[in-house]
Amino acid sequence: MPDTQKADPTEAKPLGRGAMAARVAADIPEGWCVNLGIGIPTLVADHVPVEREVIFHSENGVLGMGPAPAKGHENPWLINAGKQHVTLRPGGSFTHHADSFAIIRGGHLDLCVLGAFEVAENGDVANWATSENDTAPAVGGAMDLAAGAKRLWVVMEHTTKDGRPRLVQRCSYPLTALGAASRVYTNLAVLDITPRGFVVRDMIPGLSLEALQARTEARLHLPA
Amino acid sequence: MANGFVDRERGGWTSMIDKTVRSMAEAMAGIADGSTILLGGFGAVGQPNALLDGLIEQGATDLTVVANNAGTGHVGLARLMELGRVRRIICSYPRSVGSVVFEEMFRAGKLELELVPQGTLAERMRAAGAGIPAFFTPTAYGTKLAAGKETREINGRHCVLEHALPGDVALVEAWEADRWGNLTYRLSGRNFNPVMAMAAKLTIVQTQHIVELGALDPQCVVTPGIFVNRVLHVPYGDPPL
Repeated sequence: MPDTQKADPTEAKPLGRGAMAARVAADIPEGWCVNLGIGIPTLVADHVPVEREVIFHSENGVLGMGPAPAKGHENPWLINAGKQHVTLRPGGSFTHHADSFAIIRGGHLDLCVLGAFEVAENGDVANWATSENDTAPAVGGAMDLAAGAKRLWVVMEHTTKDGRPRLVQRCSYPLTALGAASRVYTNLAVLDITPRGFVVRDMIPGLSLEALQARTEARLHLPA
Repeated sequence: MANGFVDRERGGWTSMIDKTVRSMAEAMAGIADGSTILLGGFGAVGQPNALLDGLIEQGATDLTVVANNAGTGHVGLARLMELGRVRRIICSYPRSVGSVVFEEMFRAGKLELELVPQGTLAERMRAAGAGIPAFFTPTAYGTKLAAGKETREINGRHCVLEHALPGDVALVEAWEADRWGNLTYRLSGRNFNPVMAMAAKLTIVQTQHIVELGALDPQCVVTPGIFVNRVLHVPYGDPPL
């Protein structure tokens, strides 16, 4: 996917949405059972090669989702949590909603990848409402996924459109879950969340730690 | 429910179990004002649209509706709300593309909303069906959706007390049904339907296919008929693409 972000030519080039998704996909090992949230997380599936057996789960009771159907080959009875038409791989199965969320809440998912507005250095995640008095809020399965999966990775832009940091000391938006995220993938870097806070695992080529820190409210650490 | 009728061939009274009903009016009979209605479906799939239209026609009002979404456009659940028949909605994802009626009525204070995490919503109904009055879950701990709720630390995890959510009526869409009310579902059309079927006092089903008793593979029955009260044959085809 082409990078559509405007970048200062003297600066490192931030990843586009597709490249962010591909970066996440590269870290998902064969055999994991994974739930992908709406937005950039959904794109992650497109970057896992079909021959790598990763089982994708969707909270509306679909286990073993395959690639998107070709136009004209959609099955009207087969959708994902984002209400998009999907396919089922051989070995796939259906559950009702309570069992689907038993998969999530019972700790059976190896990984959940969600988008977010903010992630704090203690792993708090805010991804479902943009203010305390959101006029018509919607939460869906985000709180169940964040609390229930074995690991939660967040994929999001490093800053807001107007340049405000999203990696913060404490979230300002309403929380989805406390201390839930263990890793963040942004358009600039990959960061682990540890007892020390954010530890930089990887940065895009040409970016300095100082430049990354300047776009981050929380303090950044290097691996020990 | 056993319907007694005259068996013309044998000329005597028989009372075999037959939960199929012949008309929408019969399907909707007795739904009272103030009822809690559990409404199956996720997106456009597995949603009992014909039963919703039947409920609109039937007239019950002051309803509490439990559903994942809060309707789109001006049909089905959105229409029921627009007619002022819904006092309160309990759902996880009310705001979606086309949820104009919900958004307008909620902002205008004409509709109460209880927002529940989707897994907690499903589990609260499962609990109701299984005779579990309440349970603790880590989901939503420390968030505004747990505000005011009892909490407890169990095995080192902070948990929130959630109560069972029983319905007076469940409206369910099935793929196949027999006269005992045994049900199968179509692909992701299963979703909330089997959970809601368990959790209501009166479970009303619309089904694409009615089959002879014994025709369903017992191993493939998802909802056994014990959870079902009425079955109406509504062969409408496929949900819109």
